[in-house]
Amino acid sequence: MTTTTSGAVEVSGARRRYGGFEAVRGVSFEVRRGELFALLGTNGAGKTTTMDLVAGFGRPDAGNVRVLGHDPYRERKVLRPRLGIMLQEGGLPPDLTVSESAAMWAGTLTDPRPVTEVLAMVNLRRRERVRVRQLSGGERRRLDLALAVLGRPEVLLLDEPTTGLDPESRRDTWEMVRALLADGVTVLLTTHYLNEAQELADRLAIMHEGVVVTAGSTGEVVAAHPARITFALPAGVGLPALPGLREDLPRVRAEHGPVTLRTDTLQTTLTELLGWARRHDVELDGLEARPASLEEAFLAVAGEGARA
Amino acid sequence: MNTVRVRSVGLAELKLFGRNRSAMFSALAVPLIIAAAVSTSGITDSGGASAAALVVTSLLGYVLLAAVYYNLVATYVSRREELVLKRLRAGELSDAAILTGIAAPMVVVATAQMVVFAGAGAILLGLPVPVNLPLLLLGVAGGVVVFVLLAAVSAVFTKTAESAQVTTMPVLLGCLIGSMLYPVLDDAPGVVSAVLRAMPLSPVVDLMRLGWLGTTGEAAPLGFAAVLGDALLPAAILVAWIAALLIAVRRSFRWEPRR
Repeated sequence: MTTTTSGAVEVSGARRRYGGFEAVRGVSFEVRRGELFALLGTNGAGKTTTMDLVAGFGRPDAGNVRVLGHDPYRERKVLRPRLGIMLQEGGLPPDLTVSESAAMWAGTLTDPRPVTEVLAMVNLRRRERVRVRQLSGGERRRLDLALAVLGRPEVLLLDEPTTGLDPESRRDTWEMVRALLADGVTVLLTTHYLNEAQELADRLAIMHEGVVVTAGSTGEVVAAHPARITFALPAGVGLPALPGLREDLPRVRAEHGPVTLRTDTLQTTLTELLGWARRHDVELDGLEARPASLEEAFLAVAGEGARA
Repeated sequence: MNTVRVRSVGLAELKLFGRNRSAMFSALAVPLIIAAAVSTSGITDSGGASAAALVVTSLLGYVLLAAVYYNLVATYVSRREELVLKRLRAGELSDAAILTGIAAPMVVVATAQMVVFAGAGAILLGLPVPVNLPLLLLGVAGGVVVFVLLAAVSAVFTKTAESAQVTTMPVLLGCLIGSMLYPVLDDAPGVVSAVLRAMPLSPVVDLMRLGWLGTTGEAAPLGFAAVLGDALLPAAILVAWIAALLIAVRRSFRWEPRR
């Protein structure tokens, strides 16, 4: 085990072009040893391309990618035994069974865990004799995860590990990932599910159109975004001036549906609003107050993209 | 290359081969049908043992084309489109080990067929004992390597396993014409005969015939040592093909579907 203080994964200024399209346009981030780092982003933001660069499937056109201090493209041979990779799509031959697939994979590894142990970790023991073709999408994802951890990796790359899983399997997968983190494994994960990132990630980056737009600890990323208050106003009633709002009061009419206020001081704004409602005997239908969440941060990024 | 790891992929491929009827058919049944057609056609009656040996060596060449080349193009393409190749590259195997492991079952099947054909030829058609067995084996081994590599290159130009029927035509036709016509084309213009001689199957069949019969056709058979001189040119052509194909595979092989 090397005792460097450098990050497990370091990406700096990475660019990657496919044909005429630049999928990744200068991405930088660092994954520290033992943490879970989540890459979020809209479809086509460049997450999978970034993962491919980290996994060493491709070489960046510009910039630098290091995994455990090695170049993942040129030093694939050194790195592979220490890396577990779960691709977005499994790539298992449809006519092999679950246990045949796992046995085949184990046969290619230096120091595999026992196949039955890994299949038990992902609850697939009962499906061992079933062909991959006949597995549900969720079962395939779990088999992919099993193969990714089969070689006892130090760094685990998970590209949308829970897509297609039912809520219970998703929870199970989270538990498994937490257990791996407790064992000291470093995890880089992409996901569409913001609650997944909020549950698991120590730090995260939000990508959009090939660049990292926001990055930091989950708390830091969330703190940069406003809380939301949503309600419906009765017809003909206008809102008073309220403190802490992000933008001027919308000129609200009841027929426009629910009002959404964005505030940096949720408690103050809400107290003021509720006081005003009581004094004027106004019913705020469907009142909802939500603190800033990753979803806000994400939607803000996606929204900027939509306006651009 | 770690043979245990290659074997792991090869065994999985062998299971898949056993579960794929059309691959089984073109690898196992077609050569048998052709062999049956040849042996009942009387083509081997007139010329005696050496004519029979020419036919048998052509059959061995056909096995290389059908069982190794054609099936492997389809297999490499299917595995690429199923993202199996990308998955294997996510593991510890080297690129060479992946391509070898996937090719292994086809190579084993083809080798078994060649042994059966050669054995059947020797027993049923009364073929002579090979003049230079190492040379015969060298031809077979070189042929396997050339057609595995050629399959990998053809896979680059093949989008789906079905379209392999089309994309393999140039190589199949070129090889069949090349190896079958050129021994009887002594009167053809030099360029034509040179081109035919340079087709990838031609040096393979030449080496097999030299090893077995001591001659590629009309000339008088030579002995174990004397035949080596004649083997130099086909061996050089074979080596050139292997070198060129290795470079082509390294440079152009595609490990995942085009996006």
